[in-house]
Amino acid sequence: MTMFPTTSQTSPTRGYLLRCGNDEFIDLKRHRELGGHAALRKALAMTPDAVREQVKAANLRGRGGAGFPAGTKWGFLPKDNPKPRYLVINADEGEPGTFKDRYFLDHDPHALLEGVIITAWAIGAHQAYIYVRGEFFRPIERLESAIKELYDAGVIGKTVMGKPFDLDIVVHQGAGAYICGEESALLESIEGKPGRPRMKPPFPAVVGLFGCPTIINNVETMAGVRLILEHGADAFLAMGLPKDGGPKVFGLSGHVKRPGLYEGPMGLSLKKLIFEYGGGTIDDKPIKGVIPGGSSTAVLLPDQLDITMDFEGVKAAGSSLGTASVMVFTEGTCPVAVLLRIARFYAHESCGQCTPCRDGTGWLERIVESIEFGHGRPGDCDLLISAANQIMGNTICALGDAAAIPVISFVQQFRQDFEDHIRLGACPYGNKPEGH
Amino acid sequence: MNLAFSSDAERRLQELLGRYPNRQAAVIPALHLAVREFGYLSPEAMDLVARRLEVPQSLVLGTATFYTMLHKRPVGRYHIQVCMNVACYLKGSDNLANQLKDRLGIGFGEVTPDGMFSLEGVQCLAACGMAPVIQVNKDYHEDMTPAKVDALLDQLRSAPGGEK
Ligand SMILES: Cc1cc2nc3c(=O)[nH]c(=O)nc-3n(C[C@H](O)[C@H](O)[C@H](O)COP(=O)(O)O)c2cc1C
Ligand code: SF4
Ligand code: FES
Repeated sequence: MTMFPTTSQTSPTRGYLLRCGNDEFIDLKRHRELGGHAALRKALAMTPDAVREQVKAANLRGRGGAGFPAGTKWGFLPKDNPKPRYLVINADEGEPGTFKDRYFLDHDPHALLEGVIITAWAIGAHQAYIYVRGEFFRPIERLESAIKELYDAGVIGKTVMGKPFDLDIVVHQGAGAYICGEESALLESIEGKPGRPRMKPPFPAVVGLFGCPTIINNVETMAGVRLILEHGADAFLAMGLPKDGGPKVFGLSGHVKRPGLYEGPMGLSLKKLIFEYGGGTIDDKPIKGVIPGGSSTAVLLPDQLDITMDFEGVKAAGSSLGTASVMVFTEGTCPVAVLLRIARFYAHESCGQCTPCRDGTGWLERIVESIEFGHGRPGDCDLLISAANQIMGNTICALGDAAAIPVISFVQQFRQDFEDHIRLGACPYGNKPEGH
Repeated sequence: MNLAFSSDAERRLQELLGRYPNRQAAVIPALHLAVREFGYLSPEAMDLVARRLEVPQSLVLGTATFYTMLHKRPVGRYHIQVCMNVACYLKGSDNLANQLKDRLGIGFGEVTPDGMFSLEGVQCLAACGMAPVIQVNKDYHEDMTPAKVDALLDQLRSAPGGEK
């Protein structure tokens, strides 16, 4: 089975981001055959200012989940700070449902690395760290082999393609902590410490890694930077939406016939993704719910699926694009069991430094668990919502909100299932609760 | 006991130190190295890392305990991790977990008496499109079924050694 079907020409932008299939690897030679480093050459012929302007004009919104415009973020770097600047790439990929960044590391690292070199040039960074999720052993080996190719070919190192600009790229392996995907926790982790998010401000662009100005971007954002330079800002905008440019990688998992990664324009129809690309649901069962952007995004009901997959489009339906990682579940699935997986995750991954998150995520887990195990009490639905609301907005980092949002949305969208569960003291769908 | 790194690991450590502007930033890479060398982080192993990096022991301990991949207890020669998160749950990971517990005779967080296998339920492994997913040491096994789990266990049992 292929992870990303390369045969179906279903998408107008297929092939910009997903350039190969599951069993392929694009090395430096292949990258060059595909026109690789044309974007880098263009960038190096421009001033860093001009590169930043082009990325800004392309309205590339960050692909790590929050959708912050990359060009704007780069503009936050202080102009008169004598300290070195760092570029840090977030390849921690931990949000449940998300499996897109691994593709670049494992199959097409040069698409990522070319974006990294261009960005380093644009922001004046001589050192880039790529923070990769600890479990990604093979992807790390492949990424490191690609970096070595670049050193050997003289693309990076003391000069960049012969230009008097030195750049080192280092891979930093994480060690199993979801919170390290949060950008300031990630910086703490590179510094050798537990990954506890920092208070902001100051923002990393001002005080970041080792106390120096730092830009943190997602893997797919870097792949986007390369496309902007290769094709120009206007062409990049035309591959997506005017305010949300470019192509996008969409993940599809759960009860669909063809799960996997799909490329499409920003603004792809969610129904098209599920029913055309994904082939619809297993056994053509009716959909019960769809989580559109990773486990922290609000769940949608079947009558809410007529939306476009872009930052504004999903927001209009009351949820978020997040990492554009769509999880589908069909009728017969118990929402209590699904929510339990999510609640457990956030309780487990809370770093514990703020009380509302540390205690609150534990509460949410225990209440959902007691409902799942048949010990729910009348009033538990309201209790869940009020406990979640006490976390929302009261924490140092966004993990608190990420834990609260799915709880609120599941209870609101599937209230009857939760109430039935509580009333019957058992799963209305006949599920046996599962210990962990 | 005064633990020491092998000469290979020492070389690797020097290489790592060259990557960062200070020695403390090498704590996590050095702990990874120690897990690879010694199998898990005993107090002696953590002490070794602190000494070699010239950073306080308390810092090494604090960092080591924060991260799940930095094992503080021995794991089996084959450390089997079953993803229990949403996408895998939807594709039957509970059944696979039960099957593994039955066949190995251990629960999550335990090691078989012969030290061959350890089992753990873990969070999303970022392979949700290929759910359900199991990780054995460094390798992912995707699109798993009960039959594939059986075959995998048989293969691991009969394999000589096995890379950590
Ligand atoms: C709890 C938490 C986990 C996160 N995990 C990731 C992650 O795994 N990968 C990622 O790129 N961004 C993650 N983010 C977002 C980062 O903090 C940051 O916004 C992002 O890396 C910036 O890159 P971008 O602007 O290119 O999107 C996470 C945020 C939070 C609050
Ligand atoms: S919100 Fe949670 S994860 Fe974030 S800093 Fe506070 S306790 Fe840590
Ligand atoms: S939920 Fe199992 S790999 Fe993501």
